[in-house]
Amino acid sequence: MSEGLLGSELFRLILGLVIVLAFSQLNALFLVWLERKVSGHIQLRPGPMEVGPHGLLQTIIDGVKLVGKELIMPLKADRKLFFLAPVLVFTPVLVGFLVLPFGPGLIIHDMNVGVLLVFAFSTITVLAILTGGWASNNKYALLGAVRSVAQNVAYEIPLLLAVMSVVLMVHSLSFSQIVASQKTVWFVFIQPLACLIYLIAATAETNRAPFDIPEAESELVAGFHTEYGGMGFGLFFLAEYTNMFIVCAVATSLFFGGWNGPFGISLGIPGVFWFLIKTYFLIFVIMWVRWTFPRVRFDQLMNFSWKVLIPLSLVNLVITAIVVKII
Amino acid sequence: MDELEKIEGNERVYSLNLGPQHPSTHGVLRILLDLDGEYIVKADPVIGYGHRGHEKMGENRQYKQFLPNTSRMDYLSGMLYNHGFVLAVEKLAGIKVPERAKYIRVIASELNRISSHLLWFGTYLLDLGGITPFLYAFDDREQILDILDAISGSRLTYSYCRFGGVSRDVDMKFIEMTRAFLKRMEARWVDYEDLVTKNVIFIHRTRDVGVISLELARQYGVTGPNLRACGVAFDVRRSEPYEVYDRFDFEIPTGSKGDALDRYVVRFREMQQSCRIIDQALEHLPEGEIMTPKVPQKLSPPKGEVYTAFESARGLTAYYLVSDGSPGPYRCHIRVPSFGNLNVLNDVLPGTLVADAIAILGSVDLVIPEIDR
Amino acid sequence: MGYFKDIFNGGLSLIEGMGVTARRLFRPLVTVQYPRKKIPLSSAYRGHIELKIFGESGTHKCIVCLNCEKTCPSGVIRVQGEKLKEKGPKTLTSYVIDFSRCSLCGLCVEICPTSTLKYSREYELVGETWADCKIDLLARLARQVEEMEAEKKTQGIAA
Repeated sequence: MSEGLLGSELFRLILGLVIVLAFSQLNALFLVWLERKVSGHIQLRPGPMEVGPHGLLQTIIDGVKLVGKELIMPLKADRKLFFLAPVLVFTPVLVGFLVLPFGPGLIIHDMNVGVLLVFAFSTITVLAILTGGWASNNKYALLGAVRSVAQNVAYEIPLLLAVMSVVLMVHSLSFSQIVASQKTVWFVFIQPLACLIYLIAATAETNRAPFDIPEAESELVAGFHTEYGGMGFGLFFLAEYTNMFIVCAVATSLFFGGWNGPFGISLGIPGVFWFLIKTYFLIFVIMWVRWTFPRVRFDQLMNFSWKVLIPLSLVNLVITAIVVKII
Repeated sequence: MDELEKIEGNERVYSLNLGPQHPSTHGVLRILLDLDGEYIVKADPVIGYGHRGHEKMGENRQYKQFLPNTSRMDYLSGMLYNHGFVLAVEKLAGIKVPERAKYIRVIASELNRISSHLLWFGTYLLDLGGITPFLYAFDDREQILDILDAISGSRLTYSYCRFGGVSRDVDMKFIEMTRAFLKRMEARWVDYEDLVTKNVIFIHRTRDVGVISLELARQYGVTGPNLRACGVAFDVRRSEPYEVYDRFDFEIPTGSKGDALDRYVVRFREMQQSCRIIDQALEHLPEGEIMTPKVPQKLSPPKGEVYTAFESARGLTAYYLVSDGSPGPYRCHIRVPSFGNLNVLNDVLPGTLVADAIAILGSVDLVIPEIDR
Repeated sequence: MGYFKDIFNGGLSLIEGMGVTARRLFRPLVTVQYPRKKIPLSSAYRGHIELKIFGESGTHKCIVCLNCEKTCPSGVIRVQGEKLKEKGPKTLTSYVIDFSRCSLCGLCVEICPTSTLKYSREYELVGETWADCKIDLLARLARQVEEMEAEKKTQGIAA
């Protein structure tokens, strides 16, 4: 960027992509393990304990198992779409990493529309879920896919409205600028409502409980991925956890000061660690929520979105706009 | 008729097989659903996958040989079924039961009732998508199983009651364990209330969902907590007290609307009432014999017939036995509560969402092998 | 106003629920890592049946009355005996149970006139074929007697 040289920029992108791929895999492995541990300890059981110290290597073994499985396609399923869907669900998730500000300067490509990019690409996940559910030739999968679309249409709006209130304050869509402007006061203290709305909508966006209605294992067996086995399922799984990391990382950048320590105190910890600590804490909260609540019904979810979240976020946005204008 | 034609001629309607292999049809139940989008147009439960011919087996056996079968019909309330069966045979043969044995039976039965309701509580939340309460409930249920294991030697299919008493006496350790359990549960009720009963998501999922009107309940013969949720305080333990239930002070919780939330609350409070009964029974547990002496090994009751009703965890359950003077019953029939409780779904499910169907199915607390038997 | 009250109360109930799960995070675990740790069996535990060893004779007291075989609801027990002595009961030659069909009701134990049947404390039973589920109680008894004698011997040496 600073040099403006094509070569160095390309190099940066390729290097970034390699790191992102490696990181997203490791991160997903770690998160799956963490999820099991958190759920285990909440439920008074130890979680995986057998493979590696405290079961750390359990997910690797599970991954190996998934890779080793035969790819089974249901009869009369749409072959192309059926195999396209897992790829489609995973690829856009990676794009989000491009603009995530891990630390000062530690950003693969600092775009001035970074925020927009993340949300634009995360929407493709819905398309992939619809594709997978439709191509499976399974009624449960189709129901899951349809639910997923309905849910995401409802939740994109409050999500973006909540983000917009932050963008209005910074006058920029670039992540690094948003983070830089939170050097002393995190936006969560200025915009608590937007933060809450963002976190709720993000949980719904990533299809996590209590908003896991497209999967809804007690209702729709496994929802959109009922027919997927082996690595097809593995990719859906991987995408879910990577997606979770991204929405939490975005939340960290937008509301929790990104790489900044609280109130400008860094305690000598490098920015990237602050960023990761906060992100993983948010992920922990999302897991905690998942293992506490029952699932909402999808019409209630829509009600909640249209009657509560959207009005509140709109009011919040208008107030923010007015206050920003006055100041 | 008009309605039916509308359904059959409608191209929007498609059918979905809920079960027999589905995470939420506990046991092997299959429900044929006709759906319009996610709305249920018609629901048709299909039963019979778990048919083992228990009633016929009963007719080909001696009375005592049928005893282990009884706990395998409704495997979640095995003790209650054992209890009901020995009550029926004792009535048929005119066997007197010692006081101590009666109290022990009541304690064991009520413990079993709590364990059955706890399992229902856990799996119901599992149906609604909350996984953690399931494990908490199982943790508590484990304590009950340990207690029952200590007296009967088995954890699920107890075969504990005998004609004229019970098979093993209880000791101080049992009383201590039971008291500890009652104490433990006091704190747990509060936790469950915070975690589930007050939870806004849970309330929204169950309130006004699957309303069984009193009229409908009466038509289908719905009993147990499902009927009590409609506001009728009908409980065999109170209306025709068997054993020593008339000596205890307990309430019969009732609901008002008959929706899933009422059924939940009724069962929840029933567990607390069972704790009260156990507490009183432990207090007044008399000393003495646990078996009537002189019950012949090969019991041949005089000619006659007997109908004995008792309150299982799911509702009014009854044994009807006909004796022709031989060592086995001439006719053996069992009235199971789940049959009525399941068939009411024919009328309750249409018009609801698939997600509601699961919530309703869970809330009526079915044990399918009991229906199929 | 009810609108905001509902939201507030709903949110509060969710936070209470999260409090319950958060407290559990710091409680001791209740699961037992089974093959490594085991829970003591209850004294009443009913395993499959086995022949009791009586101290005075060092063996069982089965008189091949076939009461257990007749009373078993599931036809689990097969007892065979031979008339070896002129007077008195038959001698047991084979006592095999098919554990795959046993419902552990305990009628055989209760009906046994010489109380030579008891419940074993075996619960780690696994088999791959039907034949694996057949348990020869006489062979089991012989093994137990051997073990007892070996134990006595080691005790004798130690003493």
